[in-house]
Amino acid sequence: MSPRIKTIRKVLNPPVIKGFKPYGPETGKLDTEPVNLLYEEYEALRLSDYDMLNHHQSSILMEVSRPTFTRIYASALQKIAKAFVEGRQIAINGGKVYFDSDWYNCKGCNCNFNNPERDEEVLKCPLCGDERIKSFDPDQMSNLERPSGTDDLCICMNCGSTQLHKTGVPCNQHVCLECGSRMKRKGTPGAKIKRN
Amino acid sequence: MKIAIASNGNTLESTLDKSFGRCSYFIIYDKESKAVEYIPNPNKDMEENAGPASVELVASKSVSKIISYEFGMKIKPLLDSLKIQMIVLKDSGKQIREIIEMLNH
Repeated sequence: MSPRIKTIRKVLNPPVIKGFKPYGPETGKLDTEPVNLLYEEYEALRLSDYDMLNHHQSSILMEVSRPTFTRIYASALQKIAKAFVEGRQIAINGGKVYFDSDWYNCKGCNCNFNNPERDEEVLKCPLCGDERIKSFDPDQMSNLERPSGTDDLCICMNCGSTQLHKTGVPCNQHVCLECGSRMKRKGTPGAKIKRN
Repeated sequence: MKIAIASNGNTLESTLDKSFGRCSYFIIYDKESKAVEYIPNPNKDMEENAGPASVELVASKSVSKIISYEFGMKIKPLLDSLKIQMIVLKDSGKQIREIIEMLNH
């Protein structure tokens, strides 16, 4: 059996730099083999320590499970610590990621399209060539089921109502205000409402 | 530049299919040579993962754009990493002939 395939992690933007170099009189004498920080590890660090989101919120943004996110984050810290202590360079590249693309809407033919070539600016509609295009918010699109926003919510498995998650209280100790049943964290794989 | 269109038939009079992964035919239109190629979709009756399998099929034809009525939720990560552009046309009555005419703007 081949191993289970990794889910592709979503990275919002590529980092502005390719890596880091140490400086100081000792740097020339050290082993210069760089530490390879993956894009997904960079993104994990950015979400949890720069944007100050918790692991659950970050995992939704990266479209991986919360435990997977924590593993990616732990590996990022380990690599950075290694680079700091051993005076190595950090190279940021690789990893199983995709860079998110933005959506646009064309007024001429009323189609929606995205732009996977991030470096090129979109000037006209790829379908009809109309130049009346504007950015488009995909959360309004019904066909792409994605968690909208990163509000830390608990969801009721019975009736589907949500309430804000209280930090420090496990989700299954939250009780639904509507029907009184136990709740689960919204966005986790087990928390899909059963539909008949 | 090649463009794939998810269609529900193998003529120019066919219309856009409601689904990308389980559409009946993929129509590959070559913008330079104006050639049209019809590929029956082998993933039409798949229980699951029809979308990723169709992406693989279409990507092997080295298209740069895909036009469909709708894309499933597994498809965007794949197409973004392959740098294929998605065009969502919410007009299921559009004939393939009309779409090709629009592409030749």
